[in-house]
Amino acid sequence: MVDLLNFREGETIGETPVSIEEFLGASNATAVRIAPGEDARALLPHLDRIALVEVAFPAFGDGRGYSSARILREAGYRGELRASGDVLVDQLFAMRRCGFDSFAPDKALDPAVVEATLSRYADVYQKSVDGRRPIWAKRHEVN
Amino acid sequence: MYLYDSYDQAMVDARVEEFRDQARRRLAGELTEDQFKPLRLMNGLYLQLHAYMLRVAVPYGTLSSRKMRMLAHIARKYDRGYGHFTTRQNIQYNWIKLEDAPDILADLATVEMHAIQTSGNCIRNISSDQYAGVAADEITDPRPWAELLRQWSSFHPEFTYLPRKFKICVIASANDRAAMRLHDIGLELVERDGRIGARVFAGGGMGRTPMVAPEIRDFVEEDELVSYLEACLRVYNRYGRRDNKFKARIKILVHELGVDEYRRQVEEEFAHMRQLGIQPPTEELDRIRAYFAPPVYETGLPEEVDRSDPDFALWLDRNVLPHKQPGYAIVNISLKPVGGIPGDASADQIDLMADLAERHSLDQLRVTHAQNIVLPYVKKADLYTIWQQLDAAGLGTANLDRISDMIACPGLDYCSLANARSIPVAQKIARRFAGNGKEEAIGELKLKISGCINACGHHHAGHIGILGVDRKGTENYQLLLGGSGAEDCSLGAITGPGFTEDGVVDAIERATDLYLAQRQEGERFLDTYRRLGMAPFKEAIYG
Repeated sequence: MVDLLNFREGETIGETPVSIEEFLGASNATAVRIAPGEDARALLPHLDRIALVEVAFPAFGDGRGYSSARILREAGYRGELRASGDVLVDQLFAMRRCGFDSFAPDKALDPAVVEATLSRYADVYQKSVDGRRPIWAKRHEVN
Repeated sequence: MYLYDSYDQAMVDARVEEFRDQARRRLAGELTEDQFKPLRLMNGLYLQLHAYMLRVAVPYGTLSSRKMRMLAHIARKYDRGYGHFTTRQNIQYNWIKLEDAPDILADLATVEMHAIQTSGNCIRNISSDQYAGVAADEITDPRPWAELLRQWSSFHPEFTYLPRKFKICVIASANDRAAMRLHDIGLELVERDGRIGARVFAGGGMGRTPMVAPEIRDFVEEDELVSYLEACLRVYNRYGRRDNKFKARIKILVHELGVDEYRRQVEEEFAHMRQLGIQPPTEELDRIRAYFAPPVYETGLPEEVDRSDPDFALWLDRNVLPHKQPGYAIVNISLKPVGGIPGDASADQIDLMADLAERHSLDQLRVTHAQNIVLPYVKKADLYTIWQQLDAAGLGTANLDRISDMIACPGLDYCSLANARSIPVAQKIARRFAGNGKEEAIGELKLKISGCINACGHHHAGHIGILGVDRKGTENYQLLLGGSGAEDCSLGAITGPGFTEDGVVDAIERATDLYLAQRQEGERFLDTYRRLGMAPFKEAIYG
């Protein structure tokens, strides 16, 4: 595991996440891990006691984790949301837009390319959970 | 037509720079081909049998002369002097070098064009009716909606790594000229209580498991469509199959869940989505609509056309359709010359079509899903001069919706997926039926050829379909009858054992001979087939 890429204010959570099944059992864990086929909504009743959700990307082409992330943010989750696994630099922009704020890539990413990638698009077409005002809102000055 | 504002332009410019960087990293060996593949695919770049293929988006098939000329420029400068118009109303180039691709995208961006999401497991180019804006039967112009969805789907953060590609079509007429129900999502704009909204179909498609999309909602309000589509896509992204790429399209999910259960899940997600404020305000659709306002037509134009030149008169009858505006006509330019490659056009031909559009069609052209070009705003008085110039350039073929106006995929001559060649079969059929005079007698017959089971040539939707397969190392052609991509949408049925390349041409002639012998007044081939059923055709074909 290479260093975590952190976009949060403050430190990342050090606790090792447990599976959803373990978490929903008698666990007092505050860090939980979602596998691609698992339902992020199972966590919604418990968001106030979660500090870290790690979403696993065993293969970058499996995009279910993007929905998991957005669902959690849409429900008001404010803790750390980490993408881990086969996370490539060219996925970071979309992942940031879906609410991920830390990354644990299997292979280290070039910081210069990360920076260039994340600053490339001045504007976005959709409203998501990253607080960016979409182009249509700027065109019409609505919120 | 729609014009980019500074936001739209900045998006495509940023995309060019992003891809330039990605291509540089690939050429420098920093990216493996596996890692590069999804990135180049999202820019329309495929690795084919002989070279890279670049697919350029033509949103909802609408082009200006300036854009059309850029397509000719790319064909000349970066390819071998021609391009291939596709069934998604796009154009693709078959001989592209990777190191040129960033420059091509930069050239495209200068005329508000791009190759964004023309491939990959994402939302593809939004397709529409090629006669949008000029068809007498439409309730509104569907293109503003298509443009709204183009922007919504471009770089969508959640739906960039879907289980599989995703195709959306928008039409606004009960007459379907865009195979709407063979899309992952088909939208038919309809009017209810004085408001326009969308009737939504989901889970259609061709490929190895063809399905006609069932209706999942009879009406979505204009100001909720984006929210509703996000719900459709989220359910698909979360639950579409990812264990088998051949079962990953939304049609399989809708089929396995059942349409009622899929609909229920979408409604549940929609109830959530509509609270999120993700829908652009109605002012945004109005803003886009203004670009598609009907042109100022001239009035008092002559309706009569001099038909004394018989070749021109034939073309007039075949390729020119009525316009909703008196004095005007819709011209179809066939890219299906007998013996040619369906959908191909040379750079010079592309330039000529651009010139004709500039002089005679309010600067506009359309690409059709049947791989032809349309001049949508032609004064009847200009038809003869247009035809003369088209004819001189090999673009005057009078065969719209006839047997030689066929859809064919590139096939084994170009495509790395193909099992069999499509182009030689297409050429043989066109030569046979043009040579024996039967094309004229047969009338409307939509023939579609795919060189493999992926069905890019829409063979399931052909009145007659041909599927090329590989049988023990030999190219073999299956024949299908009775498909339709129109409002009477249906899937063709296989006649029986396959044929050789020449054998399938003979079989088609036997099937059409039966039609000619058995047809009743006003029946097309498809109607006769539906009335008689497969049995007599099978007997005629296999005897």
